[in-house]
Amino acid sequence: MSRFKKKGSGKMAPISTASLPDIVFMLLFFFMVSTVMRENTLLVKNSLPKATQIKKIKRKSLVDYIYVGNPRDAKFGTQPKIQLNDAFADVEDIQTWVLNNRDSRREEEVKYLTTAIKADVKTSMGIVTDIKEELREVQQYKIMYSTAKKVDK
Amino acid sequence: MARKSKEVPEINAGSMADIAFLLLIFFLVTTTMDQDSGISRKLPAKSDEIIKDPPPVKEKNIFVVLLNQNNQLLVEEKLMNVDDLKNATIEFITNNGKKDNLSESPQKAVVSLRNHRLTTYDSYVAVQDQLTAAYNEVRNSIANQKFGKPYDELDKEQTKEVRKAYPMNISEAEPIKE
Repeated sequence: MSRFKKKGSGKMAPISTASLPDIVFMLLFFFMVSTVMRENTLLVKNSLPKATQIKKIKRKSLVDYIYVGNPRDAKFGTQPKIQLNDAFADVEDIQTWVLNNRDSRREEEVKYLTTAIKADVKTSMGIVTDIKEELREVQQYKIMYSTAKKVDK
Repeated sequence: MARKSKEVPEINAGSMADIAFLLLIFFLVTTTMDQDSGISRKLPAKSDEIIKDPPPVKEKNIFVVLLNQNNQLLVEEKLMNVDDLKNATIEFITNNGKKDNLSESPQKAVVSLRNHRLTTYDSYVAVQDQLTAAYNEVRNSIANQKFGKPYDELDKEQTKEVRKAYPMNISEAEPIKE
């Protein structure tokens, strides 16, 4: 072991940090591959209901999200509101929103598009029904009620 | 490549770790790990014209599920707990004409779901979940019987066959307003 010692000094040899970048890069790539970018900032309260019979979304790029819930900020009122992309919207905006989403996709992907409704547990069904009606108007039939997984008792 | 006697001075890679850390932290902050999941449904197509003569559906083939504004569940005119809905639905689907008040065959069985506009989303999803669970269970059992594997692992043709045997007919009526 003496050949690792610095001459004269009685201290321990420093641990080499040369492989540290490699380790960090490994972590970095893991996170880059396994995660998706957070797309929108939530403006509404959004705690999802729980269910047992759930399916995972296979291709996230083909899913658009409608958020429904009470606004987080009280200045926007206390009634449930719809959030599309990054802003509040009305029920009437949904049709244009769906059509815009279709335009941004390739033609062959359009029929696989799913709209996921992420509604808060306390939302009343009225607003959800209105959303569903709007989606039917623009022939967006594939929908998904976003839920979290319920752990079986 | 022969090494030259005059060596190029090495670039100091000491700060590489810092750069990588910076990127790592950026990704940690901006990304979400949660898997998106949910109950998928297909909405019925909208038709402008009102069908004049709707195909006759016998009353015993309809399984009426009502959900009121207090999130109470009324199934076939009886008050029911949400947790019991799955078994009641399975009994209804797989009746095959045995009992008079339940369905004649799985193909003819229709679940009619109606909720109030003030029903909470939570309980609506719970009901949908139970109904899906019922269909998944009967489909799983027939898949195991016929093909020896659960419904999720069947190929496209087999899935089609199972779906034909147990079609998921859930009809949602317009919600009750007041």
